[in-house]
Amino acid sequence: MTTSTLHASTHRSSPGLWTLAWRRLIGDRVAVISMTVVAAFLLLTLASGLGLVAANWNDEVAIGYARPAFLGQSEKNKAPDAAANPQAKPTELYPGTVKDPLAAEMAELRAALDGKVGAGATASTTAVLASLGMDDIKVVDPLEKELAEILANTQVVVEAARVDTLFFGADKWGHDIIKKVIKGSETSIMVGLAAALVATLIGTLFGAISGYYGGWLDDFFNWFYSIFTAIPYLLLILAIAAVLNQKGVMTIVLILGLTGWTGIYRLVRAEYMKHRTREYVQAADAIGASNFRRMFVHIFPNISHVSLVQLSVHAVGFIKSEVILSFLGFGVPVDKVSWGSMLGEAQNELILGYWWQLAAATIAMAILVTAFSMLTDALRDALDPKIK
Amino acid sequence: MTAFIIRRLWQMIPTLLGVILLVFFLFNFVGGDPAYLLAGKISNKEQIENIRNQLGINQPYYVQLWIFIKQVLTGDFGVSWSTNEAVSSIIATRIGPSLTVLVPILIIETLLSVVIALGVAYVRGSLTDRSIMIGCTVAMSVSLLVYIIVGQYVLAYQLGWFPVQGWGESLGQNLFKYSILPILLGVAVGIAPNTRLYRTFILDEINQDYVRTARAKGLSDNSVMLKHVLRNALIPIITNLMIYLPGLLIGHFLIERFFSIPGIGREVILAVERSDFPVIKAITIYVAIATMFTNLLADLLYKAVDPRVQLQ
Repeated sequence: MTTSTLHASTHRSSPGLWTLAWRRLIGDRVAVISMTVVAAFLLLTLASGLGLVAANWNDEVAIGYARPAFLGQSEKNKAPDAAANPQAKPTELYPGTVKDPLAAEMAELRAALDGKVGAGATASTTAVLASLGMDDIKVVDPLEKELAEILANTQVVVEAARVDTLFFGADKWGHDIIKKVIKGSETSIMVGLAAALVATLIGTLFGAISGYYGGWLDDFFNWFYSIFTAIPYLLLILAIAAVLNQKGVMTIVLILGLTGWTGIYRLVRAEYMKHRTREYVQAADAIGASNFRRMFVHIFPNISHVSLVQLSVHAVGFIKSEVILSFLGFGVPVDKVSWGSMLGEAQNELILGYWWQLAAATIAMAILVTAFSMLTDALRDALDPKIK
Repeated sequence: MTAFIIRRLWQMIPTLLGVILLVFFLFNFVGGDPAYLLAGKISNKEQIENIRNQLGINQPYYVQLWIFIKQVLTGDFGVSWSTNEAVSSIIATRIGPSLTVLVPILIIETLLSVVIALGVAYVRGSLTDRSIMIGCTVAMSVSLLVYIIVGQYVLAYQLGWFPVQGWGESLGQNLFKYSILPILLGVAVGIAPNTRLYRTFILDEINQDYVRTARAKGLSDNSVMLKHVLRNALIPIITNLMIYLPGLLIGHFLIERFFSIPGIGREVILAVERSDFPVIKAITIYVAIATMFTNLLADLLYKAVDPRVQLQ
């Protein structure tokens, strides 16, 4: 029998920090609600990332700036004279049918050749053709397959005629707003979470080394910290964006992650300084645990709640930052949709009176950020060791 | 005190060196040879070669670094790659508009949020307190972009109460005509997070023993709140304000952009869009220096407000 089972048989083991925290979290009604909302958004992100929902957000299903269904059709759309209606223009410019531009010439050529073979065929030529295994000469269009493909693709658009109203309205190109919001949520949430993960990893690692070893390593990382905090955050981000000069989801994750670690570093460092002289760490030292083992196997579980709360705090912050960066045009590339790029489009639409894209992106973001902030607060309270 | 200041100034040198190294690393290593960026902007080959020579692109990195350090020390960052305007004159002329908008925002925002925070902290736990706090959380969740977009659209386009954008010549015209809406929106954006923060500062003080003693002595609520609680809560509030101060120098990026205010913030965004490296480099370095000095100032102010603080 090992010592641990002996231990367990004599004492009822007391619940750990995480069990207690989880119980506190479950007991908090606000926390449960906000957790559900955040989980729903995360599931939606996952589903959208896997292509289960909103994969076809780029389809132009409605007329440009189709109004939300509850507003009904605009007066202008009801007008019979469609030419006077600017919103109908996209459908007129691109009627949705593809015609082979050379169709007439092809038909002419075919008729001429077929005629020649048919009328002027002598016995000898027929014999030659027969010996070659050809009964007849046919003119084959070399691009026939491509044409069929293009026609098949456009057939969809032709069949699904553009609708006048959508439940949540449409944007300039007739994209369904609700699908766009889902796709935008995917981008914004992915960027926020990934960047927060990068920042937390860097901050925790630097903080652990700095706080655990102290001495010149601590001085070095403090110097590093002072450099990053001497430059205002947004200015630093913009400077890096200017240098990289390329847009991409990875780029923005790196920019946010590599600049956002300072706060986490400070907190984790303070925790490690507090813990490194504790008895359990000395005990670990006495049984020969290496520095690395003491830092990450012994101390880290005791301070990991700090990192977790910071991860949550930074995810919210980075989602907001991504929105601003994408709005300014330094964020996600143009072929991606994010809440920020939606707000950027919506700014111009609002002046024309089309407010639904702005409202949709704002509401989606507000719901997630509110829920996420409340969850963070609840998490912080639940993990606070001072509250029993 | 003097020893403290001297030591702090001494400590600034490695930090400044680090900032220079970071900016140098970003713009010379990561950014690489600017020739390809400039090719699209400047048609004159000689001019591009001139800029490359100025930066020492063909020379080893330590020479390039020395050139950059000399630029920082002399304050001469050359001319903008886009407009040929001297970088120093760009910074000098853009800082006024930034301050015109940001100083009033900071003052109004702080006064309002301290007053609201005092009020809700006084009735803490009540329905008013909770609903204002929930309101703040929700208000903070709406992107500040939305406040500015909607505010500009409704108040300026639709109602026409304010000019949509623009900037005049005189301070009076700028402050009382063009700046009012930007200031209003800036305050609207900042008030929720500040109220929340200041409320926690005040609540930390309200639960202290000396407050109970003051009440037990029979002091009035006003006296307890204003003379005891507020004075102590002001210490973290001032610290928080000092963090904002360097921000004054770079202005409010978004507000300046939306309202076409010719401040530093808009200049930075323009410079990033145009890959105008000298401007970004210069602003980054200057703001970093200013930040270090405001941090020192913050510590001194801290000492002035709270005699218990030991400067070391």
